[in-house]
Order: sequence, then structure tokens, then C-alpha cells
Amino acid sequence: MKVAFFPGCMVDMIYPEVGIAAVNVLERLGCEVEMPEEQVCCAQGLINSGYTKEMIPAAKMIVDAYETSEYQTIVSLTGSCMNAIVNDYPVLFKDDPEYLRRTALLKDRFFEFTDFIVNVLGKEDVGASFHDTVTYHKSCHMTRLLGIKEPPLKLLENVNGLEYIEMAHADRCCGFGGTFSFKQPVIAGEIVYEKCQTIIDTGANVICGADVPCLLNIKGALGRMRSDGRLDRDIRVMHIAQILDSKE
Amino acid sequence: MAILYNTEATLAERVEECLEDDFKHNAIKNAQEAFYVSRGKLVEEMGDGWQQLRMHAMEVRNHVTENLDYYVKQFAENAEANGCIMHYAPTGDDALWEVLDIFEKHGAAYAVKSKSMMTEEVGLNEILEETGIKIVETDCAENILQTAESKPSHIVVPALHFNRDAIADIYREKRGYTGSNVPEEITHFLRKILRHEFMEAEVGIRGCNFAVASTGSVTLVTNEGNGRMVDSFPKVQIVFVGIDRIVPDLESLDTMMALLPRSAVGAKMTAYFSLDSGPRGAGEIDGPEEVHIIFMDNGRHELANSEFSDMLRCMRCGACLNICPVYRHITGHGYGSIYPGPMGLVLTPGLVGYDDIDNMVFACSLCGACTEHCPVSIPIHDLVRQHRINMVDEHKNHAIEVPIFKALGLFWSSRPVYMAGMTLGPPIMKALAHGGQALDASSAWIPVVKGWTSTRDFDVLSSTRFRTWFKAHKEAQADEKGGEQ
Repeated sequence: MKVAFFPGCMVDMIYPEVGIAAVNVLERLGCEVEMPEEQVCCAQGLINSGYTKEMIPAAKMIVDAYETSEYQTIVSLTGSCMNAIVNDYPVLFKDDPEYLRRTALLKDRFFEFTDFIVNVLGKEDVGASFHDTVTYHKSCHMTRLLGIKEPPLKLLENVNGLEYIEMAHADRCCGFGGTFSFKQPVIAGEIVYEKCQTIIDTGANVICGADVPCLLNIKGALGRMRSDGRLDRDIRVMHIAQILDSKE
Repeated sequence: MAILYNTEATLAERVEECLEDDFKHNAIKNAQEAFYVSRGKLVEEMGDGWQQLRMHAMEVRNHVTENLDYYVKQFAENAEANGCIMHYAPTGDDALWEVLDIFEKHGAAYAVKSKSMMTEEVGLNEILEETGIKIVETDCAENILQTAESKPSHIVVPALHFNRDAIADIYREKRGYTGSNVPEEITHFLRKILRHEFMEAEVGIRGCNFAVASTGSVTLVTNEGNGRMVDSFPKVQIVFVGIDRIVPDLESLDTMMALLPRSAVGAKMTAYFSLDSGPRGAGEIDGPEEVHIIFMDNGRHELANSEFSDMLRCMRCGACLNICPVYRHITGHGYGSIYPGPMGLVLTPGLVGYDDIDNMVFACSLCGACTEHCPVSIPIHDLVRQHRINMVDEHKNHAIEVPIFKALGLFWSSRPVYMAGMTLGPPIMKALAHGGQALDASSAWIPVVKGWTSTRDFDVLSSTRFRTWFKAHKEAQADEKGGEQ
């Protein structure tokens, strides 16, 4: 199956290894993966901060890159950015019938990575093995706004050797919220420290998620807690694609 | 305007103050958990029925908003037919004048009151006290706040920030209480002093959860019963009704009453529910002789005609506060509005505008938990974001951030600019991280970045791009394919 890949800008900027793992998994499952060169970022940070005019050029670039007859199936490695494209772009383009129409076409073609594997490819076991204890953070936009709840858990369940431990309030926000985490650092800090405590309380060695921005936030807070003595052990932060690509 | 308070402090200062108060912080966290755990159980019990009920409630509330003038008229006519005296108040000030007139007409100077957000909205207590009228809050929590001269920290359970020790101390200091900190003993003390107030007061002032248009009735939902004393003891009763409290008929009231206690406190039903239709009738032994209804708009018509009209569905249950990850930490006092939490972020600027609210609407991570839990399906987090969009459009945001967002817009909409940034960025970040993998606490001096690094580490930009790997990967695949052929 031919798929266009949407990695999200943070994968390109900070965590290329996450994108590589995802491509490996998709190819192993028989997909022919492509990626338009012109894609950069969904730019949802702008609308979420109130800047719609400034966001339009970036949004058009994403639509132009992915809305072509060539790409009938698009796999997004991030639920939050996919939500921005399929649910926020229509708000942005409310006075632009052409882009509104093209965005509507994208809505049916976009699939979140884990949802695509489970519900489009029909695979719950991707043949991965990972011998460790893992807990999973349920990202807000993917879980609540896109309604993708089961697929990541089904995939983790079928990883050979993986021991899953549910954290308390797994679907409570990690406090990232895009520019919120810069503009309200004190509040965002309180929220993510509490999230980290629920992670620590599971005793798991690995915290995994399906949305890179949340993981950046959680990793940053665990790192700070580790260096200032609030955490006395190393906890690995991994994207689910990395676990699904593992043979550990 | 009595909606905002403590505006001399910035949002950041108010937040800091709330976080310093460990008791308050933990009390709110625990209460939040207790409420939404019990709510969750009840919702689960109802299965699909819950979503059907939500859908129906949304239709009912939308129908009223879309036909607001019709129902305002119908309610007013039926309440008048029941013998109530209607006072239409376009603004909060109009409401205050109407109330003062009623007191003057009766020569009254003593009132008991039950909890009402509309009276908070207009600052009724302060105005009455200024004119020499004694007004006693009889809802236990409101009485604690009035005695302590404190502000509500939650719209449903306003004294959440005090524990039994603090409450006992408040009554010791202000009312001569000599007992222990056992809640029953404090309540008994309060009961005794309040009984006297109920007997003596000339006027009872109360709110209204729902106004039933077809019968002209007003309802009161409480968990203590003191509200029922307010609405039956004094000879003169003043009912504050927001025009957005209307439901068409008793059947739709039933729908709302199935949602309200479950959403508010995780209970199937409330302890006390009154449906009052007019003053004491001939041959009846109790109830007020005169009932005045202050039918207050105070910006609600304007809201109904704006992009925030969904907010008129709100029934003030507080479910959004009980699930909000931000409210959890900054409590009601952090927002500086009598309407805090997610619903407050939509309603407060909707009623007072953007000039005096500081950064309030940015105190939200847009996680959407509020929207998911709202019993009348208000897209709360979308409306919060709409306020942000309006603030930027109307230049009410902080001017200093504008060039940063304009630069981000450019960065994300041009691949050459993005790639240039990705060439310069990684070595600079690596240097700032002293060669490490993340910017740590030592980077907390860097403008903008410090917003993050003051509380968390920030992983440095990778020295290689995913897109570069991908291109090479595809080329290698093509070569391999070519080789095979």
C-alpha cells in the first residue's frame, strides 16, 4: 500500500529517530512510504495563540503538499497535528472555498499512525519485541479530539515481552499545550510534574506515547526532576513507533 | 464590575499566590478527584443514555437561545399571572436600582440570602451593605466566605479552600464560637445563629437554577435546605434570574435536573429541590407575601448574538472545573473572576470584554477535557481559543509577542527559511547546552526559552534532519531496485 507520511515538525527538528522507526514499521508491514518535500509544520501553535492570519500560508503549504491525487492515504505520526489539519484548518479557511474544499478531502485521507496500523492494515501484532515495563500517556488531542483510544494499547499489548502498567489519570493533560507551555511555565510545570509523578508511581522503566510534543514535555520534566533530585532513577521516554520497531 | 476581583495583581502573581498555599492546592485537587470519580461512575451506569440525555439537553438549550425573546416574554407573563412582580434589568446596575427600590418601598433593612451567582455578578452584597442594609448569607459555604471576607474558589462549592480548623477559627474570631473543629458542632452553631436571622429578616434574596417558561416557576437546587428557609420565611422575596436560565417546560426541566447534580457533585439527585410558582396563595400557611423577580440580562443577549452563543447553554454545574488540569492547580482564585475554570474563561471575557482580564484566556492548555465532560456539549476549549483569536485581532494581546508569532509564521511557511533555521539552530543550541543533550536550568536566562527551561529541560535540536534521512533512504531504495533490475 502506498502511503504519504506526515511526521510533524518536531520529528524533523528534534527526534529524527522517531520518524525513522515509524518508516521502518510501515515498510515492514508492506507499505510504500512517500513524503512530500515541501511539508514543514501544521503551525497549530499560531491558531492556538490566536494568530490565524499568520498561520494561513503555512497551512496552505501543508494542504498543497498533501492534497494531490498522488496521495490517497496519509499517515500522521502525531495526533495533535493531524487534528489541527483536519479540524482546525476548516476554521482557518472559512472564507476560502477552494482550500476549504481541499481540506475536506484531506479529512478522509488522513490516519493517525497507530489507528492506521490497527484499523486500516488490520494488524495488532507488528512482530516487535521489547522486554521491559512500559506505561503509556494518552495524549489529549489524539484521544479526545480524534477519538483514537484503543489502537495504541492494542499494539502495545501484542509486543512480545512488554509488560504494560497503566498510570493513574493516563488521559490527563501533560501540560504541553503548545505555546501554553512557554507562556504559562509555572502552571505547565505544575501539571507536568504531577503527570511525571503518576509515571514514576507505576514503577515502569519506560514512558511511551504516540505524540512527540507531549513526550518532549514529559522528557524535559523528568530530566529536571532527575537533576534536582526529585527522581532517583532513569526513566526512558519513547515514542510508540520506537517500541514497535524494537527487537530488544 | 463585580465579576473580576483582585485585578491589581497579574495572573502570574495570583497563580503564584495560589501555589504557595499548599492547603488550598491540595484541597482543590482532592475535591476535584472526588467529584469526577463519582460523576464518572454515574455516567458509566447510564451507558448510552448519558449521551442521549446530553444531546437532548443541548437541543433544548439551543432552542431557548434561538427563541430567547419568545421565552423571556412567556416566562414573564406566566410569572406575573402567578402573582410575581417582574423587574426587567438590562444591566447589573439596573438590577441594583430595582432591588434598592424594593427595600425602600418596604422600609426594609434586614435580608437573608441564599447562594446566587447573579448577585455575585452585580456585587449586590457590597452595595446593600453600603446603604446600611444588613444582608446575611445563609448557604453554609457562603456564610463562611462572608464571615471571613473571602472570595469563592469554586462556583458550586465556594469555600473549598477552607478546612474545618480554619472554619472553626473564623467563627471563633468573628462570631464568638467556642466549640471544637468538629463539622457537626460548627454546623449546629451556624444553624442556631441562622435560625434567628431567618425569623427576623424582612427580605429573602435568592437565585434560580432554572426558570420554567410554561409555568412561570423558579427553581432552587441546594444540598443544605437553608435556601428553602430563605424562600419561605421572609414576607418579601427577591429572586435573581438570568435570562439564560429559562427552560421551556417541566419536561425539559426534568432533563436538566437529570444532568445537573450528576455533573456538579456526582450525585443522582440533589438533597433539596424547590419549584416556586408565585407568592403565598389564599389559605396557604407559609411562603412570601410578595415575590419580585429581577430578570437580568447583563450582556446575555449580546452573548446570544455572538460567536459565543453556545455558552448560553451553560447551567453552572462546574463539571468543567472538576476535570480541568489548570483549575486543579491555580484554583478559582488564580483566575481573578467569580467565574473561574474553563467555563469562566469563556464567560468572563464574554461579559466584561478583553481590557481588564490580563492573560486569563491563555491559562488553558486546550486539552479539551472540559468539552468532553460538559453536560450540554459546549465546545468550551474552542471558545477559549476563539477569545484568543479575537484578542489578537483586536490588538488586546501583549504587543511584545507579536513579532515572535509573525516570525514563527514565516519560519513554518517557507522551506528555505525553515532549513536556514535548522542549519543555524542546532550548533547554537548545542553551545547553550554546554555540549549536552538538553537546555537545563542554566538556560533559564534566555528570553522566550526561559518560559520552558525555568521548569523543564528542553532537548536540543538534532544535528540531522529526518527529511534528509528520508531522502537518502528513498534514494537507496531506488538504487537497490535499479540494481535488481
